[in-house]
Amino acid sequence: MTAPTPLQIRDGAVALGGRPVLRGIDLTVTDGEVVAVLGSNGSGKSTLIRAALGLIPLERGDVRLFDVPLARFRQWRRVGYVPQRSTASSGVPATVREVVSAGRLARRRLLRPLGRTDQRLVDSALDVVGLRDRQRDSVATLSGGQQQRVLIARAMAGEPDLLVLDEPTAGVDRASQVAFADALTRVAADGATIVLVAHELGPIEPLIDRAVVVHDGRIVHDGPPRAGAGLHAFHDHAHPEPTPDNSPLGGWSL
Amino acid sequence: MSVPEAVSILGPLSLLDYDFMRRALLAALVTGLAAPAVGTYLVQRRLALLGDGIGHIAVTGVALGLLTGWTPVWTAVVVAVLGALLIEVLRARGRTTGDVALALLFYGGIAGGVLLTGLAGNGASTLHRYLFGSISTVSDSDIVTVTVLAAVVIVLAVGLSPQLFAICQDEDFARVQGLRVQAYTVAMSVMAAVTVTVAMRTVGLLLVSALMVVPVATAQQVTRGFRTTLLAAMVLGTVASLGGVTTSFYANVAPGATIVLIALAGFAATWPVGALIRRRQHVTAPFEAAPFESGPFEAAPSGQPAADHRSEVHPHRHGDQCGHAAVVHGDHVDYVHDGHRHVPHGDHYDEH
Repeated sequence: MTAPTPLQIRDGAVALGGRPVLRGIDLTVTDGEVVAVLGSNGSGKSTLIRAALGLIPLERGDVRLFDVPLARFRQWRRVGYVPQRSTASSGVPATVREVVSAGRLARRRLLRPLGRTDQRLVDSALDVVGLRDRQRDSVATLSGGQQQRVLIARAMAGEPDLLVLDEPTAGVDRASQVAFADALTRVAADGATIVLVAHELGPIEPLIDRAVVVHDGRIVHDGPPRAGAGLHAFHDHAHPEPTPDNSPLGGWSL
Repeated sequence: MSVPEAVSILGPLSLLDYDFMRRALLAALVTGLAAPAVGTYLVQRRLALLGDGIGHIAVTGVALGLLTGWTPVWTAVVVAVLGALLIEVLRARGRTTGDVALALLFYGGIAGGVLLTGLAGNGASTLHRYLFGSISTVSDSDIVTVTVLAAVVIVLAVGLSPQLFAICQDEDFARVQGLRVQAYTVAMSVMAAVTVTVAMRTVGLLLVSALMVVPVATAQQVTRGFRTTLLAAMVLGTVASLGGVTTSFYANVAPGATIVLIALAGFAATWPVGALIRRRQHVTAPFEAAPFESGPFEAAPSGQPAADHRSEVHPHRHGDQCGHAAVVHGDHVDYVHDGHRHVPHGDHYDEH
């Protein structure tokens, strides 16, 4: 028996506020793959993974996680998510450890304290991102890159089989970039499937098995990553004429 | 014999000799624990004034009780819960912004309450007891109801704190953890409504929100974590609540005002400490390291409306005066900013 397919989208379409954002999305991510979703701002790449996790409803088409239709999917403990936006600025302070511990929630029963296994995995996630010594500090006192590492540790603490990251390297300092690449290498080495949205790959590029390029709400490339793939490839039109719709690939030749 | 006379003869220790004071102090204890517990989540979700809105709606509930002869505590619970759910629906729909939805219910609730109380033939003094609290009117049946309701709220607020914390802190993440965010959100609203009703005899409907929010604000002057904030706020709330009721006994004033003033005094006393801690953190904080990739798209938001340029990255609004070069780009204007281009989009900048 083959392993279930972690993520499959068939003929997916998404509209936000009545405006179509994604159309005709077919994407299959197989077990153990590391897939980068690339594209310019507004291309719909973040929307794509948010729809894949059920955070945005699909207009049409369907999503399956581990071969189960999204509406019936209950094994959330198998999914880790690193959201894009910084969540540090909530009204009440929270320590680094408290935020990372939330990554164990899908595996916890109601009204039970964190068990020994939970504590150990939180410790090791904090170690991997190099923030163990800051665990008692308020998240708000950390730098942007450190906060992003907290979110990655939170997802890792849940030991996900499928890790989905939305722009994890955006605005991140050098130390955090390196810590992030290390962490991702660890997760990939454990056999987890990784889907990450990025503008550019930087130090994680060697990890990527496959690049999916989203442009103007459609997948325009799905295949091996190209060295040095950056966003400029998709935004290289001459000013002031708009890019013709029939040549969205820019530097990408299929 | 009036209360102050009795005190002057018997001394302060005799407080507990009075049945009504024992009930009032018990009500104050559970209120002082429950209100800040729920308030912590409201503050975290940036809904600090939700308690105030529900309090206003509950006025109509109390008035319904006075009009019909049913127990005001129960009519208030029912109306407050319905009002809290209505607020939640209005917020979820997003048709009305949160604060406008609250305002509509605020005034509807209080106007309805005053009107119904008038119809019931009760004067301002009856309503006054519910608006600002009263130590002498907690009946035996009231105290049982209040204690049981408060105990349920406290157990849920503390017991479900990992789940509620995750939802208040990062709703999307909580969803992907498989939490039923909608159900928990509704539960939080119901807990807030029940707390308001529990608190109405002690601190009163108009001031209940203060007991939910002020201890939390005080606690987070000195705390770094969520759980310590929650527990510290509960302790502070209890101190204020018991202190206020006791003071009210001696001074013969409505307990609501004394409770809130004690809570505010606590805030005023801790604020300098908090300011000092924040200043020290500011001095020792590391500078934000330079982005690893000096490429054009660091901290780049996508087209999602929620994705904003963070303020430390982008401190000003682009315009004619900002000094960044303006570039005509198709049908709009981009501003060159650190080597990449910004275009205004709602309240943030997209990068082109």
